[in-house]
Amino acid sequence: MAVFEPEAELATLDIEELGGEVAGRSPWALAGRRLLHNKLAIAAAVVFVLIVAVSFAAPLYARHIAHTDAFTSNLSGTFRLHGKTIQVIQQGTGKLGLGETPVAPTWHAKYFLGADSQGRDVATRVLYGGRASLEIGIGSAVLASVLAVVFGLIAGFFGGWTDALLSRLMDLIWAFPVYLLAISLATVLLTAPNGLRIGFVHLNASSLWIPLGIIGVIYVPYVFRPIRGQVLSLREREFVEAAIAQGASNLRLIFSEVLPNVASTVIVLLPLMIATTILTESALSYLSIGVQPPKASWGTIIEDGQGLLYTRPWVAIAPGIMIVLTVLALNVLGDGLRDALDPRSKLRMKG
Amino acid sequence: MRARSLFLLVVALGLTATLAACGGSSKSGSKTTTSNSTSAGAAGGTFLAVAKAAPSGSPDPQIDYTLQEWQLLIFTHDGLVAFKRVGGTEGTKIVPDLVTSIPNPTDGGKTYTFTIRKGIKFSNGKELKPSDVKYTFLRLFKIGQSPNAGSWYNVIVGGDACVKTPKTCNLDQGVIADDAKSTVTFHLTRGDPEFLDKLAVPFAFILPTGTPNKEAQIPPPGTGPYKWAQYNTNKQIKLVRNPFFKLWSTDAQPAGNPDVIVEKFGLSDEAQVTEVENGQADWMFDTPPADRLNEMSTKYPSQVFINPLTAVYYFAFNVRVPPFNNLKARQGVNYATDRNALVKIYGGPKLATPTCQILPPGFPGYKAYCPYTKNPGSGKWTAPDLAKARQLIAASGTKGATVKVNTDTTDVNKAFGEYFVSLLNKLGYKAQLQALSADIQYPYCQNSKNKVQFCYSSWYQDYPAASDFLNVLLGCSDFVPNSSASPNISEFCVKPIQAQMNAALKTGILNPTAANTQWAAVDKAVTDQAPWVSMLNPKYLNFVSKRVKGFQFSPQWYFLIDQASVK
Repeated sequence: MAVFEPEAELATLDIEELGGEVAGRSPWALAGRRLLHNKLAIAAAVVFVLIVAVSFAAPLYARHIAHTDAFTSNLSGTFRLHGKTIQVIQQGTGKLGLGETPVAPTWHAKYFLGADSQGRDVATRVLYGGRASLEIGIGSAVLASVLAVVFGLIAGFFGGWTDALLSRLMDLIWAFPVYLLAISLATVLLTAPNGLRIGFVHLNASSLWIPLGIIGVIYVPYVFRPIRGQVLSLREREFVEAAIAQGASNLRLIFSEVLPNVASTVIVLLPLMIATTILTESALSYLSIGVQPPKASWGTIIEDGQGLLYTRPWVAIAPGIMIVLTVLALNVLGDGLRDALDPRSKLRMKG
Repeated sequence: MRARSLFLLVVALGLTATLAACGGSSKSGSKTTTSNSTSAGAAGGTFLAVAKAAPSGSPDPQIDYTLQEWQLLIFTHDGLVAFKRVGGTEGTKIVPDLVTSIPNPTDGGKTYTFTIRKGIKFSNGKELKPSDVKYTFLRLFKIGQSPNAGSWYNVIVGGDACVKTPKTCNLDQGVIADDAKSTVTFHLTRGDPEFLDKLAVPFAFILPTGTPNKEAQIPPPGTGPYKWAQYNTNKQIKLVRNPFFKLWSTDAQPAGNPDVIVEKFGLSDEAQVTEVENGQADWMFDTPPADRLNEMSTKYPSQVFINPLTAVYYFAFNVRVPPFNNLKARQGVNYATDRNALVKIYGGPKLATPTCQILPPGFPGYKAYCPYTKNPGSGKWTAPDLAKARQLIAASGTKGATVKVNTDTTDVNKAFGEYFVSLLNKLGYKAQLQALSADIQYPYCQNSKNKVQFCYSSWYQDYPAASDFLNVLLGCSDFVPNSSASPNISEFCVKPIQAQMNAALKTGILNPTAANTQWAAVDKAVTDQAPWVSMLNPKYLNFVSKRVKGFQFSPQWYFLIDQASVK
């Protein structure tokens, strides 16, 4: 495998920043060291890992702490707090006794963040919602990246008609506004009477794979473009020509010479893509065309909370905070990865 | 009348076309306490209503099928007869409007002869004549888009042919107008116990001869105390006084109080509440958001009026598609349903009452009946009976079946859907929610091609007649296979029950009281077959500004806007 050697400026920068010898170290090792020295990026990574961990621990929280089922309506339910029996949904006060309001945050194990309008524990749903949002966000970003890398390598390496065809296909997807395309696809797939059936694969309308697939597909062009551009450039580099002169096959050229050199781009883009896909998933779920109830995602919980903004704002605020923290962490981490893997950009900025 | 939410009774016009019904509903008015009106005020001033959007569909009074426009049309136009314009149960009475008296039908209920009042003028200055009546009914068919022409008015001799070929519509045998004698005679193909009700709704409001036989973009001149001055769907509707109006019947068409009535569009529910609270608007048309109810209840109780409606909210089983083609499965789900939980979703016991049956309380033919409760017998629902439900579902052998719960995406209706997904999963089914946009959900459910298993719907009376619920929603002829205009979404058709309905319809022509006893038996028989989970009967919450006086709630037309005073 041939990889660009760090240039002299980069070596100087590394020596300044990393405070040690850089000669003989692989670019990946140097990138790793650069990343570890970026405290903000590490903090962001820790926050993201924590969010992932608590979200995936949702069933444990529901079973052992909140003692509740996050997906079952509990409109007529009661629970005990400080020795008192409390209705989960409480009749309005006031002269006319109008309205029904879910219980407010108790800041205790049960109904820590209060209940939603179905009488379900908001804290538990936020954790389950995080799990769904992260699964879809990460899954669709990975799907988009994998497809984009495959198409980008093929288009950039072979060029000609193959490139033209794939590039126009990506242009076609890109030509649609992201949300409009996602809404159109989701509406069709969610209303299909028997779900989605492709060959032996059958997905019902409430499957998480549907939003995951939709979001993954619509973001392929956003990764495809930079990958293809980089492959076009790499194809002309000396080390590729040298490999060709040695009789390397196309497959070998793609996987051994080109792919390793675009990997850093994908790694830099991935956290940013995850942040974007989480936001897209939340938006689609908020519009009722992403995750389907009674399943939860941060978007669906915000939708549930919208009608309770005046009386129970935490229902909407809690998932909102989780989205902000996650996206912020991923963006900071993405910046850190970019600085670590592509220090020239930092040099350019310094210059 | 089908409605999507308590206040937004905008029936998707083209969707329910050819079906039944539209109108108001309810029983007696009550201001959360008991009265249905505030003290009357003086005439004058501008009444300002606010709404999210203009009435859906067409502004043409012979096409429009929304409460929102009908609430205004009743004081710009008149029918031959009218529902008495007062609050309370009196408001369901039919009284003479453009005619001098209500005739007794002859020829076995097939002929009605009306005498038209003299001296009544349209807002364009032309005098009303019997020939205008004939012209109106010809136009009703000729415009070709009137939703109920083929289901309500085709009973007029020649009506069926007019529905088939509107352009060549000829009612010479069905409507005979004599300008010299001031009479109009209707000949029907069969006795219709609801014919007078159908003459009292806006489709049959009289328009002047010469009104173009094409969809109007603003309601044409009428005979009421107001006329339409502006109809801008993006901005507002404006009604001003009709200078040619002279009072002829306080019961049918009283003079209005405000000089000008404006309905402004484009405000969210939240903004509407705030405007009424601040006195910037006098009344909000739409449903106040659930989140603001407590605030209204606490700070503005004197401005809130709550009145029961003759309406029912329900989930319809498809009785021809598994698993609910099984009676025990349907009954099991009915027993398991916690109707109090559904009432909570709707806004609480002050805004809705649980029900198990088809007909709403206070409606002709209503007799309280609820078998699907713990301790049945009182006719009232008290609590779910989960043990019995589980037993029935186990016996049905349907456990484990996949069920799609279809509802629309509005907050309350989606919440109903979520509740049933949760309940069905608890009962051993594999339930999923299918929430569709409110615009497409109802026609989607109606079309048997879609094989919808369990579908949310609601129905508001068009006029006070039991058949408007039982026959329209559960009659054999109202299931139209593969059509998006098939109001019998349960696809329910039980021949002996249909025979009972036909008998009640026949009795009703000459003996409405006896017919109502028969309808009560039909209601019970249908409820036992469990084609629906009847959930609740809603109440209507009106929120008015401090300066509004003389609030009256008609069971037929709801808030009588023109009878309120803002002076």
